[in-house]
Amino acid sequence: MTIYNKITSLHLDVLKEIGNIGAAHAATALSDLLSTKIDMRVPKVEMVSFNEMMEFVGGAESVVTGIYLRIEGDAEGGMFFILPVEQANHFIQKLIHDESFDFRNPPVSELGQSAMQELGNILSGSYLSALSDFTGLKIYPTPPALTVDMFGAIISFGLVEVSQISDHVIVIDTTIFEEHMGDSETVRGHFFLLPDPDSFETIFRSLGVS
Amino acid sequence: MIMNTSTVVKVGIAQMDIAKSPDTIRTSGLGSCVGVVLYDETKEIAGLVHIMLPDSKLGRGNSINVAKFADTGIPAMVEQLKKEGVHSFKLKAKIAGGAQMFQFTSNRDSMRIGPRNVEAVKEQLKKLSIPIVSEDTGGSSGRTIEFDTLTSVLHIRTVNQGVKEI
Repeated sequence: MTIYNKITSLHLDVLKEIGNIGAAHAATALSDLLSTKIDMRVPKVEMVSFNEMMEFVGGAESVVTGIYLRIEGDAEGGMFFILPVEQANHFIQKLIHDESFDFRNPPVSELGQSAMQELGNILSGSYLSALSDFTGLKIYPTPPALTVDMFGAIISFGLVEVSQISDHVIVIDTTIFEEHMGDSETVRGHFFLLPDPDSFETIFRSLGVS
Repeated sequence: MIMNTSTVVKVGIAQMDIAKSPDTIRTSGLGSCVGVVLYDETKEIAGLVHIMLPDSKLGRGNSINVAKFADTGIPAMVEQLKKEGVHSFKLKAKIAGGAQMFQFTSNRDSMRIGPRNVEAVKEQLKKLSIPIVSEDTGGSSGRTIEFDTLTSVLHIRTVNQGVKEI
């Protein structure tokens, strides 16, 4: 019997709210940074197999920019901010005022690289501090690391902890997109929050739904 | 007219399967995971296992998915190939993967899972006396690999370095 068998619809609502609050703060931060209107979707909370997870952003081979950090402290887990490369290029070109910037064309400029890193810092920082305020849990993010690679290669790194007890993962997935670009498949960014299995009880307890 | 009837057998994360000539067998988006191909070139048959963790002792769940771990996945693959009439002493291996996708300062063990997976795979192959013919491991890039049972060539695609053959 693992925590996965005990999750009820009330628990799922709590996890949704966590995704909602975290991503809303991050979307606001991104909006301010780029002076663009950023919209977000109601988070999806799903328990999926590892292979289903590969399909979340266009399959294991689709090339994306990925920012990953570990969450440590009262509750542990992994967090990803995944952007399709075109969208990442668009954001960074805007930030550094260089329209030729392209992650698909390495080696990329140091300025662009660190702008992306900083974007990751700000977004994941605002996501997690909102989460910490909401739950009252002390959580410490590791500095985010950035890579541009196949989605499968990136996300499987975040499944290592979970894989020790299961072939399924509970993922809190919030998508964000630029308003004027519409909600099209190609331009969506994703925040993925993957709590370690041992952390669910802590999270639920902190919000009084244990 | 010669019809090309070969198909691609796809193997997901923590899964394994077998392909026979003229088919190919592939797994996509290997990061810290290791793709292990065990093949008999005379029989033109190959098994591919997508290893995620080094050791089944790490498993804390109720049921074990043998394909997930190096120490259980490789022997299970050998057994499956034996059922197809392959002699284990004929088997050779080609391996790829085990990247360090992110550079971290954290000293958590799980952060260097790629190199640990590679070590565990090699140890297991040594134990079973299966020679490693070629490998493309480590680094910091994701890989998609496809093994051709006809030629015993392993094609490896990365995002920035194109395709290589080992």
